[in-house]
Amino acid sequence: MPGVLFAILGLAALTTPFMTLAANRIVAGDGVAAWRLASPGATVPGLLCIVTGLLLGLWGARPRLRLAGAATGLAGLVWLLMAGAEALLTDAGTYARVSPDVGFWCLLTILALLMADAISALSPGPLARAALLVVVLATLALVFWSGVLSDLSVMKEFAVRQQAFVRATLQHLGLAFGSLAAAAVIGFPVGILCHRNGRLRDGVLPVLSFLQTIPSLAMFGLMIPILGWVGHTVPGAQAIGIAGIGFAPAFIALVLYALLPVVANTVAGLGAAPPAALEAARGMGMTPVQRLRRVELPLGLPVILTGLRIVLVQNIGLAVIAGLIGGGGYGTFVFQGLNQTATDLILLGALPTVLLALVAAIVMDILVDLTRKTPEPAP
Amino acid sequence: MKAGQILRGGMVLLLVALVLRPEWFYAVLAPFAPTGGPVIYERASLLSLSLSHLGLVAGASGLATVVAVTLAILVTRPLGAPFRPLSRTITNMGQTFPPVAVLALAVPILGFGAGPTLVALFLYGLLPIFENAMTGLSTLPPATMDAARGIGLNRWQLLLRVELPLALPVILTGIRLSIVIALGTATIGSTVAARTLGEVIIAGLLTNNTAFVIQGGLIVGLFAVIIYDALVRLEAYCARRTGQ
Amino acid sequence: MIEIDGITKLYDGLPAVDDVTMTVDTGTITVIVGTSGSGKTTLLRMINRLEEPTSGSVRINGESTQAVSPHILRRRIGYAIQGHGLFPHYTVARNIGAVPALLKWPAQQIAERVDQLLTLFSMDPAQFRDRYPAELSGGQQQRVGVARALASRPDLLLMDEPFGALDPVIRARAQDDLRRIQRRLGSTIMLVTHDMEEAIRLGDRVAVMDAGRLVQYGAPAEIIARPVTDFVADMVGRVERPLRLLSLATLSELVEDGAAEGEALPVDASLRDALSACLWTGRDAVPVEQDGAVIGRVTFDAIRARARVHP
Ligand SMILES: Nc1ncnc2c1ncn2[C@@H]1O[C@H](COP(=O)(O)OP(=O)(O)OP(=O)(O)O)[C@@H](O)[C@H]1O
Ligand SMILES: [Mg+2]
Repeated sequence: MPGVLFAILGLAALTTPFMTLAANRIVAGDGVAAWRLASPGATVPGLLCIVTGLLLGLWGARPRLRLAGAATGLAGLVWLLMAGAEALLTDAGTYARVSPDVGFWCLLTILALLMADAISALSPGPLARAALLVVVLATLALVFWSGVLSDLSVMKEFAVRQQAFVRATLQHLGLAFGSLAAAAVIGFPVGILCHRNGRLRDGVLPVLSFLQTIPSLAMFGLMIPILGWVGHTVPGAQAIGIAGIGFAPAFIALVLYALLPVVANTVAGLGAAPPAALEAARGMGMTPVQRLRRVELPLGLPVILTGLRIVLVQNIGLAVIAGLIGGGGYGTFVFQGLNQTATDLILLGALPTVLLALVAAIVMDILVDLTRKTPEPAP
Repeated sequence: MKAGQILRGGMVLLLVALVLRPEWFYAVLAPFAPTGGPVIYERASLLSLSLSHLGLVAGASGLATVVAVTLAILVTRPLGAPFRPLSRTITNMGQTFPPVAVLALAVPILGFGAGPTLVALFLYGLLPIFENAMTGLSTLPPATMDAARGIGLNRWQLLLRVELPLALPVILTGIRLSIVIALGTATIGSTVAARTLGEVIIAGLLTNNTAFVIQGGLIVGLFAVIIYDALVRLEAYCARRTGQ
Repeated sequence: MIEIDGITKLYDGLPAVDDVTMTVDTGTITVIVGTSGSGKTTLLRMINRLEEPTSGSVRINGESTQAVSPHILRRRIGYAIQGHGLFPHYTVARNIGAVPALLKWPAQQIAERVDQLLTLFSMDPAQFRDRYPAELSGGQQQRVGVARALASRPDLLLMDEPFGALDPVIRARAQDDLRRIQRRLGSTIMLVTHDMEEAIRLGDRVAVMDAGRLVQYGAPAEIIARPVTDFVADMVGRVERPLRLLSLATLSELVEDGAAEGEALPVDASLRDALSACLWTGRDAVPVEQDGAVIGRVTFDAIRARARVHP
């Protein structure tokens, strides 16, 4: 059933403009349909791949076949991009830019969903999922480093900003993972204390959930005067980089956002141990620390890691806002792009963010599954 | 409980004053403004920005609620069963998309203005509501369902009188999550030229005017916290009424 | 020897255990019976200090339980919790080996002990060792829980309704196993149950509790023959008292010379079995055999006389 929907939507998407050709990086371009991109000899293989992929998706009962179909379709998309960019750019002037258009993005979404649906129907174990992820990422890397897509507008933006891109990547990762680590260092002990002390829990969790509600831009903004004040009044604070704008306020805002999932999931995870097992642990003479290490933590680990997954995915997204207060990261490109109305610059910031968030989510899901020691209770 | 009431009242009063009588805060904000620069945001009335901000959120969330609940109802009927795994995949993957990225990606397709913000808010708002509505509608106590069928309710009556009321608290939680995200994303919407309170903060950031940043940040933050609190209480009320 | 001295536990001013004094001899099984909420679990948990008594004291072999810190005390005392309380993330083997691991036994020795205990409880080690608790039946979980309490060969074993979830057949077998293991190791066991049948079957001594108080404490025969209050009499079951009494004695007590018709009973069968055989087959006497040879008979009249309450 979903296969039919995919096929109908996919074929419809094929009729919309697949790529745009613009005179330069700022102006709006003209859409070109998939079969007009280049000579039939160049487009037909790609089109065939896409149609075959969509048709293979119709076999609801054969997830492997659907997976193969999705892969074929995606290969077709890359082929069309390659062939289209080359053909459109010949005699189009030096400043001309080609970029993917609605048709491409729709087909990409549809085929990616087809793939995800097929994979979830196969329900692979954590290790198989890890292997699949590696294969997909390796293919992506190959497509990029091979240079077959270098004619595309985004890749041209990338080419002139390689160093800035690497720096933004490092800053973005630093913001997301650094705040995760800081939140874990603060949140675990707080979570353990909250688990032991109900009064503390009733005080801490509501405060953290209110913090979580504050819109990110407001939170980042409000950090500026606070940290500016700290930077001015606390001696030595400026020396370690604490100032009103830049990395520090962004980092602290992210840590504040991260605390709720870490603390709440630590509390929930530690509370997941069956009371009878804890009684037995006490009865056999385990000390409180032994109970924590041998019973509560191992049983709660999946839930605690789920908290870290939420934090990581959330902070990878929120770190984009850091671009507005000079904190660096992919947000720099996004907001520059929005300022200059340069679509490709926006994409250069937004696409890696999305990719990073997806990969982080998948990796964390795998870790959560790996730490689930006890067999799933039969439904 | 008492302290909570006072705090709540105080926050509402502060918010109302900040929006309607910003000049009252001149003395407090002045030290944060650059020398000679404006202290109070006057390029647009804060009331109209607030209304436009809330309107955007209300419009997107309202639409998202209707669509998401309808989809969830369809998918939890026997006919919609084949779409259930797919819809789960979509919600799981969709929620890993950062809201800012969704907003930014909407611009190339829709251009600048309120349009992309509305679409981003709507699309992103669908997911939590749909997910919670699915959970709520598919985890109803089987004994209650059997009893309801047993007294002869038809499928419509079953849906309207039993399933939806029982699932309401869970659906409301989804709506709350969605509104909180929408409030935040709408703030960023001002970077794509939507008229929202984010404008005040952005103006402050661009002109190094911390007074603006504080003003905007406080208003947006208070709106979010007060709305969140009100929704939590609404949920608790509904949950009590359905005896859960 | 365990000496419980005037022990009381108050919850919100109400006594859960009310001034209980009793002495438990080394190498015996003492069964605490009582209705639900009578304070059995609380009494048991005050012995290994899972609950601290409001007043009173407990001494084990002359040494006060307050003399060592609670977790050290508990490692020396086996405790099988009401409901098995197995660790869901540990395999059967790790669950059973939990206390030896706390006591830092070498791995090899723990592994041997685990297999030995599984065998003792009629569970094939090769089959069950690496399973998780969720992959066991309720009865198997409970047996693993008891095995875990036995693992470090504690001198004292506290068991809170260890056989609660077992069906009658398995339950009887588990009780026999426990009896056999206890006799062999000479350990001291305090066991809580609300089933008088189990108390009589297992206990060297039976303690009856009612509303936090110890109302009677003595050998099973005494409890049955001379219940001190109506409550104890009710617990024993007025109608079943003679049968309970008979179930405590074996044929060896009444065997006499002479011949009888029909199938013979082993000499260590209970008088209750003999009575049942007489009634079922309409005989006045049953032959008694030992090691395959008939050594005499037990008569219906003798059984009847034995069942009458001695004045
Ligand atoms: N932690 C506690 N707080 C308050 N009251 C308690 C607590 N633990 C037990 N009680 C009360 O003490 C009394 C004795 O409880 P206990 O658990 O010892 O009963 P029990 O004889 O083991 O019952 P059962 O056969 O149902 O297990 C009960 O009335 C119970 O409600
Ligand atoms: Mg009990």
